[in-house]
Amino acid sequence: MGSSKQFSNRRFVIGGIVALIIIIYIARLFSLQVMSDKYKISAESNALYKEIIYPSRGQVLDRNGELLVYNEPSYNIMVVMQEQVGVDTAEFCKIIGITPEVYVEKMAEIKAKRNYSRYTPQIFMAQIPAEEFSVIREKLSRFKGFSFEKRSSRRYATPHAAHILGDVGEVNEKEIANDEYYKNGDIIGKLGIERSYEKQLRGQKGMKVLLRDVRGRIKGRFEEGKHDKQAVPGSDITLTIDMKLQALAERLLEGKVGSIVAIEPKTGEVLCMASSPTYDPNLLVGRDRGKNHQALKQNPRKPMLNRAVMGTYPPGSTFKITQTLIGLQEGIITPEMRFPCSRGFNYKGLHVGCHGHAAPIALVPAIATSCNSYFCWNLYRMFDDRTKYKTVQEGMTRWKDHLVAMGYGYKLGIDLPSEARGMIPNADYYDKYLGKKWNGLTVISISIGQGEVTSTPLQIANLGAMVANRGYFYTPHVVKKIQGGALDTLYTKPRRPMIDEKWFTYAVEGMRSAVTGGTCKGANIPGLDVCGKTGTAQNRGQDHSAFMGFAPKDDPRIAVAVYIENGGFGATFAVPIGALIIEQYLNGELSSGSQARANSLQARKISYPLYDK
Amino acid sequence: MTNSLGKNPLFRADWVIILLYICLLTFGWISICGASYEMGQTELLSWGTRTGKQLVWIACASFLALFLLLLDDRYFEIIAKVLYWAFILLLFVTPFIAKDIKGSRSWISFGAINLQPAEFAKCATALALAKLCSTYGFDMTQRRDLIRAIGLILLPLVLIVMQRETGSALVFFAFSLMLYREGMPGCFLFTAVAMVFYFVISIRFGTDIMPGTLTSVGESLALLSIWLFTLGMLRVYLPRTGHALRLFLWGAGITGLALLFSHFVVPFDISWVLLGWCVFIVAYLLWHALDTRILRYLYIAIFTLGSTLFLYSTDYALNKVLQPHQQTRIRVLLGVEENNSGAGYNVNQSLIAIGSGGLTGKGFLEGTQTKLKYVPEQDTDFIFCTVGEEEGFVGGTIVLLLFLGLIWRLIYLSERQSTTFGRVYGYCVLSIFFFHVLVNVGMVMGLMPVIGIPLPFFSYGGSSLWGFTLLLFIFLRIDVGNKLRERG
Repeated sequence: MGSSKQFSNRRFVIGGIVALIIIIYIARLFSLQVMSDKYKISAESNALYKEIIYPSRGQVLDRNGELLVYNEPSYNIMVVMQEQVGVDTAEFCKIIGITPEVYVEKMAEIKAKRNYSRYTPQIFMAQIPAEEFSVIREKLSRFKGFSFEKRSSRRYATPHAAHILGDVGEVNEKEIANDEYYKNGDIIGKLGIERSYEKQLRGQKGMKVLLRDVRGRIKGRFEEGKHDKQAVPGSDITLTIDMKLQALAERLLEGKVGSIVAIEPKTGEVLCMASSPTYDPNLLVGRDRGKNHQALKQNPRKPMLNRAVMGTYPPGSTFKITQTLIGLQEGIITPEMRFPCSRGFNYKGLHVGCHGHAAPIALVPAIATSCNSYFCWNLYRMFDDRTKYKTVQEGMTRWKDHLVAMGYGYKLGIDLPSEARGMIPNADYYDKYLGKKWNGLTVISISIGQGEVTSTPLQIANLGAMVANRGYFYTPHVVKKIQGGALDTLYTKPRRPMIDEKWFTYAVEGMRSAVTGGTCKGANIPGLDVCGKTGTAQNRGQDHSAFMGFAPKDDPRIAVAVYIENGGFGATFAVPIGALIIEQYLNGELSSGSQARANSLQARKISYPLYDK
Repeated sequence: MTNSLGKNPLFRADWVIILLYICLLTFGWISICGASYEMGQTELLSWGTRTGKQLVWIACASFLALFLLLLDDRYFEIIAKVLYWAFILLLFVTPFIAKDIKGSRSWISFGAINLQPAEFAKCATALALAKLCSTYGFDMTQRRDLIRAIGLILLPLVLIVMQRETGSALVFFAFSLMLYREGMPGCFLFTAVAMVFYFVISIRFGTDIMPGTLTSVGESLALLSIWLFTLGMLRVYLPRTGHALRLFLWGAGITGLALLFSHFVVPFDISWVLLGWCVFIVAYLLWHALDTRILRYLYIAIFTLGSTLFLYSTDYALNKVLQPHQQTRIRVLLGVEENNSGAGYNVNQSLIAIGSGGLTGKGFLEGTQTKLKYVPEQDTDFIFCTVGEEEGFVGGTIVLLLFLGLIWRLIYLSERQSTTFGRVYGYCVLSIFFFHVLVNVGMVMGLMPVIGIPLPFFSYGGSSLWGFTLLLFIFLRIDVGNKLRERG
């Protein structure tokens, strides 16, 4: 018994060890259950399966209510690997219309997916159009493990306006990273308004919260559907585009590279916006999307590029209207002031060519005949006027500020993705590239819309709208109405350049006389009082042909810009095309003579050695 | 009247233990309801369900408990030896007559009921140990007696390992706690703990490099602890010699110099210095052993040398001796490897289930992780997950405290036994309970390797429930006998 008493104190050691372990375990329990949320989240992702309910994407209509984009049922073929055994693959491939190699490849792809489960349906083939699927549908039930799922895909009612409508596609990794709304396999707008109005068009996904067991099988609803969410369908969108006008614009651009933009001056609504070459938006739908996309990308004429907002060109003589307004506002010129022109601007050994016309010439006829000399004098006198501006830099800065206020040099802010800003050089730019030794003469070509100056066709059309309004413009936009929502205030507030209203009269007069008796005679449509300005922009290769105008003169309802790459004189292509657009919109149709002219213009092709080499 | 009632062992049994037993059984059954509940199931009590079956096992266990309390307690002492050898025989033949269930040959069928002899062998071994220790003149501090006791433990252990039931076999190590109480030198227990410590440290931090050196953190930490443990032993077993302090100061100085040299001159592997220092200590102690003829120097030198050899052999064992899946299990447990789909899957799912319970749990039958079968073995080995998920931190803590109460009460009762037989048996019982709780709950919370042993009174199954009831109520009966004899 001696030993029992001898070691009886060891009971405290043993009791202590037990207590210590229990305390450690309770502490561990505390840290697992109370200190951290990590496991709660893991548990949810384990057991709760959130079945997404996809909302229907909003439809798109033109300004007259014509349906342009809608949804059509399409089908995904699904497969449950566990059940798919003993399927006659040869027969299956024949019905689906694929080769056995593709079948094997697809199966391998499915198995390699991140959340692959043998027990749940996996997408075998996606986006099969309804008409194609109707053949497959009945026979599919013969193959064990295969089923289908109804989804919807985008359909385009017209082959036009691809650049405005844009397209949708599967989200990429970057888009998933940027917005947690998107999950793998979701559809997102990629181009056009599908992209810029993605949030309104897509609606809001709903979900059903379901319980899922360890093998991925659904076991019922979580808490009787208390956490389920209804899907909110996307909003329908009405465009400002007039589809008839758009179709005509695209027709006239056939065989040429260029673009046409028409704006309703009173609202800034874009009536048509065509860019050539274009493509049928239905090419980017369904199973062939990838292939077609690749082909379009590789086309040397770049049909995917929306030249109306992404193309930057020298504005040429259309730019002279901005110079008129700046000169008058800054007091450099008066409407009566005349400048000499002996086949051009000649000063201190510098020569800028012009064509033959009476000289010296005053403002209105100078616009009408598009006299280069007049506008060279204007800019030279402004930049080198040391009584008004202390330095050439100060003069240039003032000049630039005017142009920026007119919407040049920066993005206008249209509701389409990837708008280009064009280029209005500032004093710093020349300081950097020419050293400090430059003056009005050095940079004289910017006065006639050449040299460093570039702009988008949209900016040129916007100038037309601003002159039509005699001193204000609305930021151009392609969406007129969003179902259950309002337009961005950017599109409902007028923007004003720093030009007094009275000076616009002279610009308008100049543009009117250009049509009645100057360079734009081709745009003189009886009864419509068209005002216009041509542009012939020098560049590599043949000159670009440009036209900017609006009508009617006293109650303008349309402003238009036409820009045809390598089209030669403004009067050759741009003026007649502009006239047809104006006539179509204002009269609602083309006269038979105009119809014939439209047909001949449509048939005329320009060769583009620079693109097609 | 009161006297006759008072003498009835049924009414003299320790009510605290019985209360704890009932609480644990109830809590256990509730957890099994949660763990085996299927979505959409309406009946809890039908015979076909695990819940219903467990209720039957509980009823049987209660009868077993009553039956045990009605037996004469002296029988236990008398049959102890026979029982032990009978079970040794049974364990020996089991692999030959048992069916192969998941690679283990440990289940014997009696008609519709499958029983696992290993569950009951614990009880038999505990009785035999108690019997052995109570023989006249038995002294645990004597090497011969200690070896006899250890032999008694190792025999069933080896047989159970041969049935591929490593988990059940490991339980026999629990008896070392009893051996310690009965006088086995504490340094044995300490050495065992130290070995586990080296093993864990050297693998857990084996691949970390100490900044500014080329030293493996794990290796150097293990060597440092060998040094410090040796000094601790010197301090305890050879106080007043001053060796400990001297060796501590020298060692600290050398390590510090090595660190400075590595940091400012040439980075090198400091563990070589530490290893050299450990070897020096061994030599120093051996020299003192020869010089003074004090054997304790020799023993401590053996400890130091053994620790060092053990440290370097674990590395070898882990990489060369163990099977790849066992290696990963150990690495995952120690947090060296993150493996949530393979070896770590069970533990990860188990942690998710427990962790998602929060403070108060999701409520009875509301646990999603267990209900949807994410946790493997959820109503047997991983039953504690269900407690954690459905009853939360509060429930889990209550269960752990109930076990603490049970074990403490058993210590108290064991110590009040007048016979060595009673005391030793009591310690055997509490050691087994402790080991099961330690390993099972530790495993479920990711603190212990995945060893499949049940949580007493919680895990589903008749064998384990009856085995634990048998263990506990034999002791209660012995305690009653002891009380009756002492008070007359």
